[in-house]
Amino acid sequence: MGIEFHHVRKTYPDGTTAVEDFSITIPSHSTTVFVGSSGCGKTTLLRMINRMVDPTDGQILIDGEDVSGIEPVALRRRIGYVMQNSGLLPHRTVVDNVATVPVLTGVPKTKARTAALGLLDRVGLDRSLANRYPGQLSGGQQQRVGVARGLAADPNILLMDEPFGAVDPIVRDELQQELLRLQREIGKTTVFVTHDIDEAFLLGTQVVILKRGGLIAQVGSPAEILAHPADDFVADFVGAKRGKRRLTAEQQGQGDDVLLVDSSGYPAGLVAAPGGRLDLLPAGSGPKSRSISNKTDQAGDA
Amino acid sequence: MDWVLSHLDEIWALTVAHVGLAAPAILLGFAASVPLGYFASRSRVAGSVLLTIGNILYTIPGIALVVLVPVAAGLAILNPLNVVIALFLYAIAIMVRSASDAFGSVSADVRQSAAAQGFSPVQRFWRVELPLAGPVLLAGIRVVSVSTVSLTTVGALVGIPNLGNLFTDAFQRQFPLEAVVGLVAVLLLAAVFDVVLSAIGRLLMPWNRGTSVRGRDRARLEALPTRPNVTGV
Repeated sequence: MGIEFHHVRKTYPDGTTAVEDFSITIPSHSTTVFVGSSGCGKTTLLRMINRMVDPTDGQILIDGEDVSGIEPVALRRRIGYVMQNSGLLPHRTVVDNVATVPVLTGVPKTKARTAALGLLDRVGLDRSLANRYPGQLSGGQQQRVGVARGLAADPNILLMDEPFGAVDPIVRDELQQELLRLQREIGKTTVFVTHDIDEAFLLGTQVVILKRGGLIAQVGSPAEILAHPADDFVADFVGAKRGKRRLTAEQQGQGDDVLLVDSSGYPAGLVAAPGGRLDLLPAGSGPKSRSISNKTDQAGDA
Repeated sequence: MDWVLSHLDEIWALTVAHVGLAAPAILLGFAASVPLGYFASRSRVAGSVLLTIGNILYTIPGIALVVLVPVAAGLAILNPLNVVIALFLYAIAIMVRSASDAFGSVSADVRQSAAAQGFSPVQRFWRVELPLAGPVLLAGIRVVSVSTVSLTTVGALVGIPNLGNLFTDAFQRQFPLEAVVGLVAVLLLAAVFDVVLSAIGRLLMPWNRGTSVRGRDRARLEALPTRPNVTGV
């Protein structure tokens, strides 16, 4: 079931077309990432799911139910939403921000706050921050609160609009790993928007590469896309064409480590090879062989 | 000084009358300006119309207004309501612009995110936009308050008693001390209004005391199991 887009189009009154004809099925309990440059309509598509934007044409179904028939406020309360710059309410404390949606739906305040404290644990925030205001937190902490708030009503669907776009790379790595862990634990149907292909490959079970106008360049698992890019646009976008993803063993590192470099000689990572011999590596060790294909992961492992 | 002491009763009575004219005008002006300012900030057309009307209102000389209001409103010339209405109009003239700026200052990110969480438009106004517009609204009402307390004195010229009577009296009796006393009284009253308003602001907007909390406050915040619900929303 999941979320289905059927021939969705969005044209604005001034004549610009944000999305031309978009159809896709987003499977339940896994993460689908929309990735593309700015202006490809990825955020517009995301916002159609909770009716922040209504399509000009076409249908969006959640578990078979057309969203256009659901009252927007009610719909949004059952869908978690996390955005860039957290969007937290600056006049509410952390715990009250997390409890926002439950309180809106009528859960008693004390009960909602108690549950919110549990969510702070879940996203790796210390409870001592509960009574701070968002302005007193770091950017990374604010994003964690944003994630906790998105999960507070225990929604089946979690929408994330470039949630880690504005934090520094080290914190972003932490947050990405945390999201992977959370996803393993709770398995929400997550739709994630980003312009960062590394992030898309790291987080996505299904990755949707978009061109201008919401045109789908390719849909597939990260491994499929990397191994068989549909066209030059995709190859270029994922870096395969530029040789960024084509790694060769260069020289011996510490111990059993072998240094990998991309085709322009840029050091891209390390791989553990017994005795420095790559031919002894078991094939497909690791679900996505991320440790040799993805720079982002090394920092996460460190 | 002897004159002040012997006339304390009279000065106090005039002060009370002054507050009776200024306070309702400030509060009603604020209450009317908040919705008007909200519409002005949401629609470009409404904004330019309302702000232009405000500017024109503000250019009408005070004396002209206190003379014209009874004619327009059909009230007796000595009805204190005339002065309250005139002051109310001036308050709106200033406050609508402040309120419009105040709602314009609420970050688009926060408004969008509130909508995405499932706040209905009405809930979003009361629980998000109004409190976040608070700091600029407060700055606006403080200006209105000071200016209204000072403008109220015009009422004395059309026979509505207030601290302005000390000026007209001083002029008629060629007794400058009385004018000085009036001036000081008006200044003190304006200061009292201002202190009260900023105290209310601090009480209602605890998040607004700067983004980084100093050590003592931070220790206190951490010691609190739950925050007392001072905003009441």
